[in-house]
Amino acid sequence: MLRFKSRTGRSGADEAVRPTTAIVFMMATVGLCGAQTILIRNATVLTVTKGTVENGSVLIENGKVAAVGTNVSAPADATVVDATGKYLMPGIIDCHSHTAVEGSVNEGTVSDSSMVNIKDVINPYDINIYRALAGGLTVSNVLHGSANAIGGQTIVIKLRWGKTAPEMLFEGAKPGIKFALGENPKRQGYPQNFFSQGPAAEPRYPGTRMGVEEVIRASFTEAKNYQAEWKEYNERVARGEKPIPPRKDLRLEPLVEVMEGQRYVHAHCYRSDEILMLLRVADEMGFKIRTLQHVLEGYKVAKEIADHGAGASTFSDWWAYKIEAYDATPYNAAMMTRKGVVVSVNSDSDELQRHLNLEAAKVMRYGGLSETEALAMVTINPAKQLGIDDKVGSIEVGKSADLVLYDKHPLSNYSKALKVWIDGHEYFDRDKDLETRPKFEQQKKELLQKENAEKPKPAKEGRRL
Amino acid sequence: MPMKYVCCLAMLLLAGPSLRAEVPSAVAIKDAHVVTVSGAELVKATVLLRDGLIQDVGVNLSVPPDAWVIDGTGLTVYPGFIDGLSTWGIPAAAAPAPASGSAAAQTSAAPAAPRSHGPEDRPQTYSFERAADLVNPSDSRLEAARAAGFTTSATFPNRGILEGLGAMVDLAGQRGRDMVILQPIGQQIVFRTGGFGSRTGFPASLMGNISYVRQLYLDLGQYKEAKQIYASHPSGNRRPEYDHDLEGLAESPRILLPASEAQQIDRMLSFGNELKTPFVLYGLHEAYRRVDQLKQANVPLLVSLKWPEKPKDADPNDIPNYRELEMRAKAPAVPGMLAKAGVKFAFYSDGVNTAPELKKAVKKAIDTGLSRADAVRALTLGVAEMYGVSDRLGTIEKGKIANLVVMKGEAFEDKTTIEYVFIDGKEFKPSKEAQQGPPRGSGAEQKPNPTDGDANGGGTN
Repeated sequence: MLRFKSRTGRSGADEAVRPTTAIVFMMATVGLCGAQTILIRNATVLTVTKGTVENGSVLIENGKVAAVGTNVSAPADATVVDATGKYLMPGIIDCHSHTAVEGSVNEGTVSDSSMVNIKDVINPYDINIYRALAGGLTVSNVLHGSANAIGGQTIVIKLRWGKTAPEMLFEGAKPGIKFALGENPKRQGYPQNFFSQGPAAEPRYPGTRMGVEEVIRASFTEAKNYQAEWKEYNERVARGEKPIPPRKDLRLEPLVEVMEGQRYVHAHCYRSDEILMLLRVADEMGFKIRTLQHVLEGYKVAKEIADHGAGASTFSDWWAYKIEAYDATPYNAAMMTRKGVVVSVNSDSDELQRHLNLEAAKVMRYGGLSETEALAMVTINPAKQLGIDDKVGSIEVGKSADLVLYDKHPLSNYSKALKVWIDGHEYFDRDKDLETRPKFEQQKKELLQKENAEKPKPAKEGRRL
Repeated sequence: MPMKYVCCLAMLLLAGPSLRAEVPSAVAIKDAHVVTVSGAELVKATVLLRDGLIQDVGVNLSVPPDAWVIDGTGLTVYPGFIDGLSTWGIPAAAAPAPASGSAAAQTSAAPAAPRSHGPEDRPQTYSFERAADLVNPSDSRLEAARAAGFTTSATFPNRGILEGLGAMVDLAGQRGRDMVILQPIGQQIVFRTGGFGSRTGFPASLMGNISYVRQLYLDLGQYKEAKQIYASHPSGNRRPEYDHDLEGLAESPRILLPASEAQQIDRMLSFGNELKTPFVLYGLHEAYRRVDQLKQANVPLLVSLKWPEKPKDADPNDIPNYRELEMRAKAPAVPGMLAKAGVKFAFYSDGVNTAPELKKAVKKAIDTGLSRADAVRALTLGVAEMYGVSDRLGTIEKGKIANLVVMKGEAFEDKTTIEYVFIDGKEFKPSKEAQQGPPRGSGAEQKPNPTDGDANGGGTN
């Protein structure tokens, strides 16, 4: 999609002017419990990969799921959560997010910005992290924007609200890189000064879809030469020579990692002709596309996508916000699934990420997928796409205890997330949130009063407040 | 009036402070309260200055017959204040860019650079520029600085991302070169961000700035290695190209990294270590969340005296978020918390550079837990230690540079006035007007940097 993110030049909870901000800001210290043994009892357990367990229990030990079933025994010191009548599902995973990024999500000045890294600018104080947690989200694939053919490096985070940025990084998750095709990367940087006054900016290459393809091919050609240059250097060193080392190039390094399978490509795309173009370029250059993002015309080329082994991460029912996004259908996810593509439903939005469970539910209405297939769209499927399905994405013994407890079935409009655990730590609790609101509202009020008291304004005559 | 006279008059005006300063080379401040900073405070003591240096300090010193004697009764002598980071002395320079992690892509003072197409264009890199070459006593802001008690400043050029080599300078002198105490003292890094359609080109985002600086330091490592290998194995190797930008980086004994908010502190602590060069953090307004980490990191800190405040023209309906409110309330308490935890820090004026503003800003820190002694230290010895000049500046000790500020009353109190300022042993008597701050609309006021499309920047996802 296309989104203009307002840049305030300042980080933090910039849009948060509602009283809830005060509350949630300190929730980290209030709501967190240590990694303990927890038994969630008598819930409808939606494991996603191993069916649904009615009146089931889940035991959490050392941050992992230790047991799942109807007859789970727990040590005497376990914290017991009675979940009678409630639903437990794996933590939701968003394969396309721009949340918690400080500053611009785009380095749009160049057509290949692979030297920049989202990992460098994660802001753990972004209030959207907490708001997403309250909607059951536990993992986000935080991407660079789509301003250029080859965008910046991307990173997978766990929404460990209250922790620092390095502590939020998903351990062992492969980093990625953003690619983009079509209208956004061929936009030349607003030469007419669309946004600001003053002289026009110099237009940026490329200006056509052909140019986008050329940028990708040219960069990978350079990366191959770079790879060869280092190989030759290492060989000379091995022979005992004293060569001068080549210059380390932060732009080409990640592309070499892509070719060596150490970094995933997440490619923003819409039109089927361009999807095929990218798959051809990837084959030619010897790398894989890990996921196609948005991929609204994916249903037209689902077989080719499946053959390449790429995943597809799409919207449930969001299209027509620009020309290249017109030939879309809400059946897209279901059609690609039926053709053997691993499909996920993503948010690309700080708002949508709060109710991805409902986005997933739409694939039942449009395409007739099963309940489990719908849940998979926001759990195990994005986990597979991000290569983390051995750790998260379903409720299975040995996986991380990333769990969400809902009061009603999570595919229902009426459901609310009650509790969210990540690695067995409680990061959200609806009751505690509601309980502590008055306290934080009061604290905020006091801060405001103090500030206003510090600066007595000269009274203006004839005006009452 | 003939042009000649106008010129003469102009020159006289420019030379004003120095003419006035032609007092005897020996000065004795008698019977004064002396805050030495290095040791105990002295009561009814004498400070002797000769030839620009502190000749002696102590109780019952005999006053040499050739000295100009100042009766210090009722006066307190402090080491001259040192601004930890400023542009003072560089005429027409704007205030240093804020440490909030972003700044406008261009300052008004700098000519527009050609659009950069990538890191290979070495965008906004002025690492080779030297404050020592740029400082000039004609900078009109110096009088206001002296009137606030500043005698010295760590002055850095202020354009670009890599701003050039700073110098420790005295805030008076006949010529620029008289002002320089030590150079280079470091390189200030400023992250300059613009929008998607930025006219300055790469880098426009915060992450772009970070990766660009990272690339430069990788290049520096390779440059040093290549030169070393070539020196010992010139045969069969291509000679490494001379690199002006990297020479500037190589020469810098430390870098100053912007870190105001908590996540920026985390980020810059790890970034500084990654760059494998000594570093200082500047800003630190949200450091109350990171006192333990900063103590552990043991990195020198420069705390901005420009406390975050409610904007003057704030919309009454626009209620800031909790974090912002908390930062406004707690930032002035940061110095007290750092001092209590035993973390070394110093102050920098950050544009708070008139006498009343400075007093008010430091007083806020004192009112929220900083001792007056620690406040004085953060403006004197603390800065001198950070830049490795504590052997010549920052305290009132025998043999040090005679930079002093003599006050009636205790430092940072509202009613206190500055009676004398000595720089290199030369006397300046700040006027009452200068101490009350510049009149409204005068050129001495700081102008904010233009935002250059920063606020309008958008992006596509």
